Amino acid sequence: MDAKELITNKVKENFSDSIVEITDFRNDLSIVILPNKILELAKFLKENDELSFLMCKDVTAIDWATRKKRFTVVYHIYSFKLNFNLRIKANLEEEPYRIETVTSIWPSANWYERETYDMFGIEFLNHPDLRRMYMPEGFEYHPLRKDFPLLGIPDSLPLPQKPE
Amino acid sequence: MGLEAKLNQDGFITTTVDAIVSWARKSSVWPMPMGISCCAIEMIAAADPKYDIARFGSEVMRFTPRQCDLMIVAGTVTYKMAQVVRRIYDQMPEPKWVIAMGACTSSGGMYRSYSVVQGIDQFLPVDVYTAGCPPRPENLLNALMTIQEKISKTRARDFQDIIPQNLELSNAK
Repeated sequence: MDAKELITNKVKENFSDSIVEITDFRNDLSIVILPNKILELAKFLKENDELSFLMCKDVTAIDWATRKKRFTVVYHIYSFKLNFNLRIKANLEEEPYRIETVTSIWPSANWYERETYDMFGIEFLNHPDLRRMYMPEGFEYHPLRKDFPLLGIPDSLPLPQKPE
Repeated sequence: MGLEAKLNQDGFITTTVDAIVSWARKSSVWPMPMGISCCAIEMIAAADPKYDIARFGSEVMRFTPRQCDLMIVAGTVTYKMAQVVRRIYDQMPEPKWVIAMGACTSSGGMYRSYSVVQGIDQFLPVDVYTAGCPPRPENLLNALMTIQEKISKTRARDFQDIIPQNLELSNAK
């Protein structure tokens, strides 16, 4: 049994009612999960002895703009034991866009989630330090949302006065 | 070597205070290397023996704004960094000059984006703009010579009106 089958079987076994979809596109395995089950799935994938996905490589989001479930949160995790990259996705429901943080499982997710919060405005519940990563504090918008104009909102970022 | 070799006895020259002060000023422009991104590499190259900014009296890159006459803004200035650039500019003593080095600094360059200031002249009085991405060291030296030319035309009374800089820092609330 190769790694892909192992993961698919294990996840199907334990999360049969919360899996939306498991896809295999060009040898990349993706699991789509209900957003309220993300913490349980993450804990399982990390702590199961046969899987042990110890490393969280990235957390980001997709803004589908016109779709009903507008945002998808994407996690890329890695297992040293299986030498395998796995993608987890969670489609967020209506506003406010919220999902549980996985910082308690993978500490490296801390800054990734801050970045995703800054750029997409997705709130990570129970995050230890959910501040903006790049934009100044007090900025009201989220630049990577599709409805944000490329050149920004005029006067939304403070600039010093020109001396005369 | 120069004039003094021709002298057989103690010599003197007559000049104006303005001429000698501006000559001294333009011959020792001390730059503040505000190297923010890749243009800084070309600015460093201008200081190496091949281009040798010391030929123009500007080899003393001061890393404290208190000792600088010229700010070389070398690199992409974001809105977040603009506060810092202005804060350092405010700490430089008068009289002072600014070179906007490279496309990003002059106009935002290829970063036509929400996060980058589209030209530092929105918050700084720029004296010379330098084209290029990044400009070659020769181009920076050309900008420096343009600044020198500008300084050589100044007179002491041009600076009489300058009120000592109000050091109320730009982003202090």
